[in-house]
Amino acid sequence: MIQPSAAAPTGAAPADGTAPLAMTYRDAAREGLRAALMSDQRVFLMGEDVGRYGGCYAVTKGLLAEFGPERIRDTPLSESAFVGAGIGAAIAGLRPIVEIMTVNFSLLALDQILNNAATLCHMSGGQVNVPLVIRMATGAGRQLAAQHSHSLEGWYAHIPGLRIVAPGTIDDARFMLGAALASPDPVLIFEHIFLYNMEGHLTPGLQKVDIDRAIVRRPGRDLSLITYGGSLHKCLAAAGQLATQGIEAEVLDLRTLRPLDDAVIMASVRHTRRAVIVDEGWRSGSLAAEVVTRILEQAFYDLDAPPARVCTAEVPLPYPKHLEDAALPSVARIVEAATGVLGRRESG
Amino acid sequence: MSRELGSPVTRNRGLELLRAMLRIRNFEDRCVQLYGDLKIRGFLHLCNGEEAVAVGTIQALEPADVIVSTYREHGHALARGLAMDGLMAELFGKQSGVSGGRGGSMHIFDAAHRFYGGNAIVGGGLPLAVGFALAQKLQQQRAVTACFFGDGAVAEGEFHECMNLAALWGLPVVFLCENNLYAMGTAITRAEFQLDIAAKARAYGVEAQTVDGMDVFAVEGAARAAVDHAREGAGPVLLELRTYRFRGHSMFDAQLYRDKAEIEAWQKKGPIITLTTRMKELGLMTEDDYQELERETRAEVERSVQFAESAPWEPLADLERYVYAERSR
Amino acid sequence: MQIDFRLPSLGADMESATVTQWLKKPGEQIRRGETVAVIETDKGLIDIESFEDAVLETVVVQPGTKVPVGAVLAHFVVEAPSGASGPAVPATAMPAGAGAVPSPATPGPATPATHAASRLRMSPLARRRAQELGLALETLAERAGTEVIHVDDVERLAAESALSAAAPLPPGTAAAASVSDARVAMRIAIGNAMARAKREIPHYYLGHSVDFEPARAWLERHNAQVPVGERLIDGILIAKAVALAAARIEGFNGFFRDGRFESASAVNIGTAIAVRGGGLVAPALLDAARKDLQTLMREFSDLVARVRAGHMRSAEFAAATITVTSLGSDGVEELFPIINPPQVAIVGAGSVTERPWAHEGRVLARPVLTLALAADHRVTDGRAGSRFLRTISGLLARPESL
Repeated sequence: MIQPSAAAPTGAAPADGTAPLAMTYRDAAREGLRAALMSDQRVFLMGEDVGRYGGCYAVTKGLLAEFGPERIRDTPLSESAFVGAGIGAAIAGLRPIVEIMTVNFSLLALDQILNNAATLCHMSGGQVNVPLVIRMATGAGRQLAAQHSHSLEGWYAHIPGLRIVAPGTIDDARFMLGAALASPDPVLIFEHIFLYNMEGHLTPGLQKVDIDRAIVRRPGRDLSLITYGGSLHKCLAAAGQLATQGIEAEVLDLRTLRPLDDAVIMASVRHTRRAVIVDEGWRSGSLAAEVVTRILEQAFYDLDAPPARVCTAEVPLPYPKHLEDAALPSVARIVEAATGVLGRRESG
Repeated sequence: MSRELGSPVTRNRGLELLRAMLRIRNFEDRCVQLYGDLKIRGFLHLCNGEEAVAVGTIQALEPADVIVSTYREHGHALARGLAMDGLMAELFGKQSGVSGGRGGSMHIFDAAHRFYGGNAIVGGGLPLAVGFALAQKLQQQRAVTACFFGDGAVAEGEFHECMNLAALWGLPVVFLCENNLYAMGTAITRAEFQLDIAAKARAYGVEAQTVDGMDVFAVEGAARAAVDHAREGAGPVLLELRTYRFRGHSMFDAQLYRDKAEIEAWQKKGPIITLTTRMKELGLMTEDDYQELERETRAEVERSVQFAESAPWEPLADLERYVYAERSR
Repeated sequence: MQIDFRLPSLGADMESATVTQWLKKPGEQIRRGETVAVIETDKGLIDIESFEDAVLETVVVQPGTKVPVGAVLAHFVVEAPSGASGPAVPATAMPAGAGAVPSPATPGPATPATHAASRLRMSPLARRRAQELGLALETLAERAGTEVIHVDDVERLAAESALSAAAPLPPGTAAAASVSDARVAMRIAIGNAMARAKREIPHYYLGHSVDFEPARAWLERHNAQVPVGERLIDGILIAKAVALAAARIEGFNGFFRDGRFESASAVNIGTAIAVRGGGLVAPALLDAARKDLQTLMREFSDLVARVRAGHMRSAEFAAATITVTSLGSDGVEELFPIINPPQVAIVGAGSVTERPWAHEGRVLARPVLTLALAADHRVTDGRAGSRFLRTISGLLARPESL
């Protein structure tokens, strides 16, 4: 049976420029979907358990009742088929939002994403474009074991023809979807599972965001912590710890992983002279490796220390908590890397 | 639905099968509590209601046969004979677990019992099963491969590719589809146009049969026939075992997609109640027999919890061990 | 026996829930597996069950209250020693260091980076070389004159700093301050190099005195026959003799690096040239063993002129494979030098002085040159050094062979 929720939906009204609206990242993502569905009849959502079940992470809860089964479509477990269908529908003039439950299942649709969505525009000489939005939950940290803990944003960011974004804040969870839908190209939105419960506020008066810029979330002077998505809050926490040691870390939220915002990255590194890249992908061949290479190519002479990376250990993520915690980037490891590039050692 | 009459119901046989199902039921129920107490973490998928499928099918297998399963695998593992201690320790994430604690509930592996997982990706095990069967055939072994999957997997491309391949190459796979009517929160009526899964398999040239998954004897009978068929080299078989899961898809499930009335109706014809009622009607067991089995199986579950509690954690220094195969000792 | 009924964790993402309804009242019987309450989560309403047969004693959390996972919701009384839960077993503690927060470092003010110096666009290698040479980065900043400073710019600038210290200054020049800075910088650089040499190289010393009369006589005869500009000096004979000896005898021409001696194929004689104001540079005469004396003299003159004018090339500094140093004509008889790393030998020529000398059985006053060899004992020993010096003295005794 479907029991109506006793609590009123939070954050239902758009910001009117007065008090900042309190909401969770999950609520913000839901509001983004609602706004898109309401403003454009071409928009529809499809994916596994997005309707009746309310979404694996409860992002789409209530949307089926509000928008009906034609626009909120539950699909069978057929990732390749429904992602491909999304591509076709987008080419044909609709604005589908495909939800792949998690990035772990996206592998079943990798052929459609790479060989069709990313490639059709170029291959057709520009005749065909694919304005498809794919949303995926990503990341690890909940002891879901090896097959359910991937962070493959870096892999997808390797593919020309795709745009990859990672909302790490409430504002971005709310408004990146709108910008993605406005893009004529396929956009993949990665939502880290740890962020769904995050509580915060929507910036008053904010009506949209761009998806081309990296943003400095915390200005600093001594080093740049460059990161995205689920690692953003870890970097902010690390910056707080570093400040107690007199180290002012600048935290840069990449936001867009493809294309990377070189201008903002280099401006930060030229200002601080030192960079630590924090990326939940496995270390070798990671997105962090690409950022480090670009820094060396473009800001080599401004560096006072070799750039450092904090990534996931190169193991399939294990189930037990102590092993999983040891494998993933942590606030402690970020602080250690930061003091390392400053040539200091922590005591104790 | 066809109903295979297996061996006649005797007291010993009935009690044996009932014990096997109660072991699973009590194990699963204890897991609910342990999960709520944060002893088991991650995702937990329980098979309450589907015990007859696990017990009945695996009765038909021999030790050399291979089993490939899904994330809803505790019942399969217990029925196969994996140590309950090692299973519980695995759920706790301890080093004494069957997978060294590394996999948890969704990734049970026990090479000694030819139990090869445990897969978190729906449909992910079917190609593996085809591979095992291919090796068995090429090496002219007597063994067959049993592959468990759910109704949800039927929607994945892997299912169709594997039906075709197994038929084309005449492989000794016994495909065991546990149709519990729901793929997570999506009822099969909303995911499949052709609801008859056995018919789909036949369309690919795979022998198929629909079975009452709540009747452990019916399941056993059908499984024996299917396994014999595959073992004789007559090609793959699919059994569509119609069953129902009494609990949610996983622990965190508000079950907004189905009625409580429906769940209660199925619970009344569950596998344990079905067998118990039948045996009592035939005068083969009493309520005391039943309570005795309950006590024994719950005690066994309790012992496994104690084993798991006191088992050690894998040392951090071993995090990167087994990324690659080590030389055999 | 009373037990706590707590809010269970139902999912990896679940952190809290709100109790919406109690289905049992205090005093009511509860059966194992029965639903006791309904909670509201992000995913919707979920029933929570009792795992024991029990009686509900007290409700702790009222409907409408949001509580975290693990919070006590109610107290139950279990009717009999429950078969479901065994005696409490102490759980194995998680390994230490799992997710542990490291103890904070000793707090203290951060040393602010010297931003001025670090504003230079220098490659990391250049920065390191500047540090080795003891060059003040501020000096480099002013004098770089290029977009980016690379390592050979640093070497060049090091030499220039030294040389400008030597040039006579108009009084009251504004450049005076920077010159003395440069002089100080060069002193520091020399000091660092010499300290390192003394620290790392096990020096051994050999001395040998040579009858310089044959060389002198030969020089007079030669110089009488050539224009002034082509006249040879003592030092050139010595340099050539050293070069030939270094080419013939293993172990004195090359570099000691990374724990090994690398013999150099050509002999580049580093000629130490004093600069006025107290400094020393040692640019190289390249491939000296294969050049004739006239060529060497010409090159040497050119070197001196450029040293005085401050127009050195960095290759000339880096290239020397063995050094010859001399006190000139008005110094003392013996000069015991320090090896310039990474070279492995240096020959010091004292001033040629009139000394009593045994010559054909009689004691006469002859011009005598004392040569001192300082060599790296990791590469050669006294026997080899002895052969080396005797070769040089032998060549100087027959200057026509140079």
